[in-house]
Amino acid sequence: METTPVRLGRNNLSVADLRLIARLDIKGPNLIKGIQLEGVRKIGDPNEFAVRYYEQGADEILYMDAVASLYERNLLFDIVGRTAENVFVPITVGGGIRTVEDARDMLRAGADKVAINSAATLLPQLISEVAERFGSQCMVLQIDAKDRGSGAWEVYRDGGREHTGLDVIEWAVRGQELGAGEILLTSIDKEGTRRGFDIDLTRSVSNAVSIPVIASGGMGRPEHLAAVVESGHADAVAMAFVLHYAKMTLNDIRADALARGLPVRQQT
Amino acid sequence: MNAPVSIVDYEAGNMLSICRAFRHFGIEPALAADPDSVAQAERLVLPGVGAFGACMAGLRSAKLDQSVVAFIATGRPFLGICVGMQMLFDESHEFGVHAGLGVMPGKVLPIPSVAEDGMPLKRPVIGWHGLEHTSQNWSNTLLESQPTDTEVYFVHSFSAHPERDEDVLAVYDKHGTKITAVVRHGEIYGFQFHPEKSGAAGLKIIRAFLDL
Repeated sequence: METTPVRLGRNNLSVADLRLIARLDIKGPNLIKGIQLEGVRKIGDPNEFAVRYYEQGADEILYMDAVASLYERNLLFDIVGRTAENVFVPITVGGGIRTVEDARDMLRAGADKVAINSAATLLPQLISEVAERFGSQCMVLQIDAKDRGSGAWEVYRDGGREHTGLDVIEWAVRGQELGAGEILLTSIDKEGTRRGFDIDLTRSVSNAVSIPVIASGGMGRPEHLAAVVESGHADAVAMAFVLHYAKMTLNDIRADALARGLPVRQQT
Repeated sequence: MNAPVSIVDYEAGNMLSICRAFRHFGIEPALAADPDSVAQAERLVLPGVGAFGACMAGLRSAKLDQSVVAFIATGRPFLGICVGMQMLFDESHEFGVHAGLGVMPGKVLPIPSVAEDGMPLKRPVIGWHGLEHTSQNWSNTLLESQPTDTEVYFVHSFSAHPERDEDVLAVYDKHGTKITAVVRHGEIYGFQFHPEKSGAAGLKIIRAFLDL
């Protein structure tokens, strides 16, 4: 496997490009974990976990709402609000954001960015509306991708249940044109498996756009991080399963990344 | 006004996040939504997220642009964050050319698509970078007790190019390209990064502003 030399800036300061993002999937008041978007297990209080990951040095927190009913929406505002009081790194919230008003409410509740998937595939101009109103930096295009073989992936919506017929690369490029500031790219095939990210998927998307790409789905061992960055060209990595069951702490992951010369933040 | 710090409250600010950071230190900031509140502030923070033009328009429509300039002229501590820092300058070239507050000479220009060493740059630049020294000493400034290469959180596609070298207090490095991170002139400070989103390091810097 090819390795990239440590990217040092002048003064020998490391280039801390690579963000380590803690991903927390929420159902109602609970943090949950699912395997390949089917079947869930309750793990605990989301805010407690978010604070723990913040203290362990998470560069950002990502909340994904798995159900997004109206009742549960209020619970989510409460969770986000409490997290924003205690956690002083960026918070992204996704799941069930369907309108500009939903985005506004989530930002007011304490989110810094919103991640939008299904609604954007149905109404692409939503991306522009959110970007124009709140800025591109707030508008994360979430893409759930399923491998179709022959170097092509299809965009799925509604928690990986419904296919859209959209090609992932084309959709990513269009999303950037419409004003998305970032792409959250999840491999449906790899999520929850802890067998590594979809490297080809990540690289294809990262090379096709000039906005940052967050790779999500598959983190299990430290080598996976190196691979998705060096071969996959990921700008950031979101991790869920590997963290929630304390397979590795964020401190372990960061220390390992630094030892491999990956450009992660050193101080936490 | 009894609050030691006021935050300009207008449409394009992420004022709530900044409030939380001050609350962490037991300080409840005042919200300055009108010219009188701005004028009476002991210390003033100007937030700003989104497009420069939209932020300037928001400030003007709330009739706060001139109040902010007048506050700065009093010499009391002032801190602009992100677009709040960019607005200190003469103009920005984001989506056309927009006039800023003109308090510090210089322009706001796009971050290049290719860095000095040939590496393509993703924009917005999103993530943590270490603050580097410039020719300016950090002693007797807000950065005085911060360690070199303190890592803080940036998210931006445009950066400030101050005309006066001495106004640039810190930069960060992106593959050989130096990007303005902190500007300072007297008691006027501007951060391109978000101290309220930079974890413990950012909170320390917020604390230092309260001590000015």
